[in-house]
Amino acid sequence: MASYLRPTELSHALSALADGNLTVIAGATDYYPAQVGRHDPHDILDISAIEALSKITHDDDHWRIGAMATWRDVIEADLPACFDGLKAAAVQVGGAQIQNTATVAGNLCNASPAADAVPPLLSLDARVVLEAKSGVRERPLGEFIQGNRRTALETGQLLTAIKVPRALEGGRSGFIKLGARSYLVISIVMVAGLVVLDESGLVRQINLSIGACSEVAQRLPALEADLLGKPLDQQLSAGIVAPRHFAQLRPLDDHRGTAAYRLDACETLTKRLLAELAA
Amino acid sequence: MSDDRVEMSFHLNGARREARLRPMARLSETLRDEFGYTSVKVGCDAGDCGACTVLLDGRQVCACLVPTARMDGAMVVSADGLAANGFLSRVQEAFLRHGAVQCGACIPGMLSAATEIAAAHAHPTRQQVRDGLGGVLCRCTGYQNIVDAVMDAGRDPDPWETPIGGAVGARLPRTDGVAKVDGSAIFGADGIPGDALWLRAVRSPHMAAKISIGDLAPLHERHPGLVKVLTAADIPGNKCYGIYPDLKDQPVFALDQVRFRGEAVLALVGERAALDAIPDDEVPITYAVLAPIVGLDAALETGARQIHEDKPDNILIAAALRRGEGDPSNCAHAASGDWRTSYVEHAYIEPEAGYAQRRGDRLEIHVTTQTPYMDRDEVALIMDLASEYVHIVPTVCGGGFGGKLDQSVQPMLALAAWLLDRPVACVFHRPESMMVTTKRHPARISARFGCDVDGRLCAAVMTADFDTGAYASWGPTVAGRVPVHGGGPYYWPNVAIDARAIFSNGPSCGAFRGFGVPQVALAHEALMDDLAARVGMDALEFRHLNALRAGNRTATGQLLAASAGLDQCLDALRPHWQAAQNQVRRHNAGGPIRRLGVGLGCMWYGCGNTGLSNPSQIRVTLSAAGRVTLYNGAVDIGQGSYTIMRQICADALGIGVDQIEQVTGDTDLTPDAGKTSASRQTYVTGRATELAGLDLRRQILRLANAEENAAITLTAGTLVVGETEVTLSRLEADGNGAVLVGNGVFDPPATALDANGQGEPYGTYAFAAQMALVEVDMELGTTKVIKIIAAHDVGKAINPTLVEGQIHGGIAQGLGLALMEEYLPGKTDNLHDYLIPTVGDMPEIEVILVEDPDPNGPQGAKGVGEPGLVPTAPAILAAIKSATGVGMHRVPATPDRLRAGILAREAAQ
Repeated sequence: MASYLRPTELSHALSALADGNLTVIAGATDYYPAQVGRHDPHDILDISAIEALSKITHDDDHWRIGAMATWRDVIEADLPACFDGLKAAAVQVGGAQIQNTATVAGNLCNASPAADAVPPLLSLDARVVLEAKSGVRERPLGEFIQGNRRTALETGQLLTAIKVPRALEGGRSGFIKLGARSYLVISIVMVAGLVVLDESGLVRQINLSIGACSEVAQRLPALEADLLGKPLDQQLSAGIVAPRHFAQLRPLDDHRGTAAYRLDACETLTKRLLAELAA
Repeated sequence: MSDDRVEMSFHLNGARREARLRPMARLSETLRDEFGYTSVKVGCDAGDCGACTVLLDGRQVCACLVPTARMDGAMVVSADGLAANGFLSRVQEAFLRHGAVQCGACIPGMLSAATEIAAAHAHPTRQQVRDGLGGVLCRCTGYQNIVDAVMDAGRDPDPWETPIGGAVGARLPRTDGVAKVDGSAIFGADGIPGDALWLRAVRSPHMAAKISIGDLAPLHERHPGLVKVLTAADIPGNKCYGIYPDLKDQPVFALDQVRFRGEAVLALVGERAALDAIPDDEVPITYAVLAPIVGLDAALETGARQIHEDKPDNILIAAALRRGEGDPSNCAHAASGDWRTSYVEHAYIEPEAGYAQRRGDRLEIHVTTQTPYMDRDEVALIMDLASEYVHIVPTVCGGGFGGKLDQSVQPMLALAAWLLDRPVACVFHRPESMMVTTKRHPARISARFGCDVDGRLCAAVMTADFDTGAYASWGPTVAGRVPVHGGGPYYWPNVAIDARAIFSNGPSCGAFRGFGVPQVALAHEALMDDLAARVGMDALEFRHLNALRAGNRTATGQLLAASAGLDQCLDALRPHWQAAQNQVRRHNAGGPIRRLGVGLGCMWYGCGNTGLSNPSQIRVTLSAAGRVTLYNGAVDIGQGSYTIMRQICADALGIGVDQIEQVTGDTDLTPDAGKTSASRQTYVTGRATELAGLDLRRQILRLANAEENAAITLTAGTLVVGETEVTLSRLEADGNGAVLVGNGVFDPPATALDANGQGEPYGTYAFAAQMALVEVDMELGTTKVIKIIAAHDVGKAINPTLVEGQIHGGIAQGLGLALMEEYLPGKTDNLHDYLIPTVGDMPEIEVILVEDPDPNGPQGAKGVGEPGLVPTAPAILAAIKSATGVGMHRVPATPDRLRAGILAREAAQ
């Protein structure tokens, strides 16, 4: 018979995780859909009552999105412009109910290739905080998600927060989702970006990410390198973007779109995102 | 323990409560099963449909995704709790006022979402309303009236007016509206007795296999809560069912083989929890898998395996129409093309559900259905009972669209309840509903049309093959309807159309809003545009020139004596069409990335069965106490037949609508009003209702010896006719307490079609023309429908709000067919992979009602259920072509397909 635990203290949660093989639920919006038509009771650790995980805060160096922060919390939080991309993703996740319930951290842990949080957070150089009874460690988001529904989360670990460096606060960010309908739609392609300009208006840092076009969302290092030091100008950026910049992507042919279409759309959306960031 | 209960305290629908509850049970399950709040509808259990949306601490959430534990210390409000002190909330009132409610299955969720919006914004913008409702799917309304209602929810409600003698034509609120907004309406899964056993079918994971069932004793030993395993051997009567008496080919439980993925092999009956704990792979079924036959090509290949022994070449049926000898190739202008369509899923928000119980030597089945009388007769055959021993009690039906015209839970429940003498219930979960029930037929259509130099149509040739899947279902209906309608709503001197329904190992395809006509309309409308271009005529004027009119003969040789208003529909569209063309030209000058396009779609649709008798009977009674009761068997699946029959009856009798009580669809209580399909209820049952009302009126007048136009006044048990008071208590009452009984029967005038498809297949035809304005993103291939103007000849709009609602909903489904809906067996068995339009996908819709009365319809009315859908996809595809130059011959025109078309066209230039 399955067990259920809903601690209010993080330490209790970590102790329980150290002791047993528990399924962690936060928003639970990925847990229940996987149970339709089957009877597969899990031993549950419900972290929703742990107050310490619910907040979006910052210290001198980082913004910290707690593991229980929902998409709605992101939408309603007063955040600098570098989070505009994440906010744009938030208002396009599912419908209002999902935004009210689902957590950003849970979206990372579920590790879907089409997870909406991953491209904007990759562009924000996000790191995840992994806590266990034995201690805390951090990993870059790009290392944490390892494949379709695979993460580096180890037994006994809980993802407690997502950290974003405040050094990026001066950046502009954006996000474009391509789906086959409005609301409640899984992305065909997503593109997210963050750009930091120097005093003369040249690109000092640019982080571009594509989702739903490979097992794990990817940054576009070749394109980022080609844009560095250039003025962020609509025409120029569009002229630089080329198919070779997307060569590392391995999009699927599926019912949402053909692989060729996805690659084609990547290029279009990236150009549009750059134009949006330049505007 | 997650099955161990935990003490919780919370506010629920206005009351402080404490209870011991299962912490990991879905909140939806807890609200329904522990507290009886059945307004919380279970549409998917996956957060895909939003039907279970409730407010948790004022925020909308999908109750199916919330652990019950989170109710502890929280405040929960479901639609059941929105009304206070017997008064509906302003949001609920606004839903009734705006005709926002049809089947009602999504409405509790919509109301929860709307209540959150209303709390946040006193005067919300349209975009705020869309964002707030974006997570709730509706399959009936097309969302427009719902959005209007939410925007208008701040206003105080107006008092209802019920005009005497003017009920027909009035925008009266739904008869069943209050129960659908206050959450009290009982749908298929809502009235299941607490002591019912549950039934779960075990279904084939294979498309084709020989099967054998092993020893079931070990399964019983391992699972003591398993009461019975039902197989085909338990069935006393017909082991197979089907729509047509000579085509009962679908087994209740597989006999020796399965022919589609999801076919039921057996059913487990027992305690609900015990059934849940039995994995399918523990059930001893052996499958010897056969190579499945997938798609039309494989089914028609020479030497293909025969799916049914008695159906050579896998052909279920072939129907043909021949009129004249002309050939399009000999015409001054000709155009031709090929089209392909996909499986389309009904996706009603309420999955199949019901329960059965034995009452002595009778069976009683409570079920969500479009066709109680056919259910009764089919179950009787399966159970080897006389029909009068089966009692079908239709629950409120949460959407049908043709999908609830076939058997689903009925035969299994009947068998289980009969054998076990216990109530037995079954509720399909969403993937089961999608996998098992019928689909719209995928079609492959080739057509060639020709016209003369002046643009007059000369000759049409069409062949259309429909993949009917594993079993016949309504396949013959599709094959029969298509030749009649294949040339479109135009006058043709020469027509040659062949339609076939072909078996495969795909899901059975059956009835779906339009019976094959929406598929062929894609072809006839595209060819009309092509021909207009060749002649050099405007697309609207070309259609106007060729429109079927009263006095014309149709392709079947039927003389249209009256009520053929396509030319009037086109006249109504003309100014909009001309303005939109100018708008498109201006916008597209300079070749922007987002191009506008405008297109037209026309249709006609025969109301009722094709060339077959399909009578409806209606009874209206007057009791000694002066109460008028309408016995209305026309099951309301959301379209509004319970409302409009009262309106028709009121005017026929000459009394107020509110004075008519109603007994609705129940095979023991109401006479047979046939099935709710084929756009027949308004026209056929409506006419029967009018006749019944007139019959009762005549009897009342005779009783009072009054003149024909005398006023009838019913007040508190007294009947006054003209000046004469009639004492009803002196009259002898029948067993039902009726002192007078008015009867009405109507069977539309129709004749069977001959071998050349000639005859008079329908009593009347609906006509329509729609115009779509779209914006296409040339780089991404995405299409946004901006506006649809729909001009429909409905004969007479009995209730304009309900008529518009049918058209809005048809347009939403037509938009889905055109742009996003494609059911792929095994890949899209849920509502996040199978996409139906959300509130954000819908254009602004303007409906123009044309009323060219039919002499047989009630006050001239015709059907509108299916006509709303048929012209939409053709209009959208035409608009896409206008924007991009790309003619899409495959639907849905998904972004990848359209982008490929755009690239191919660019490459060719």
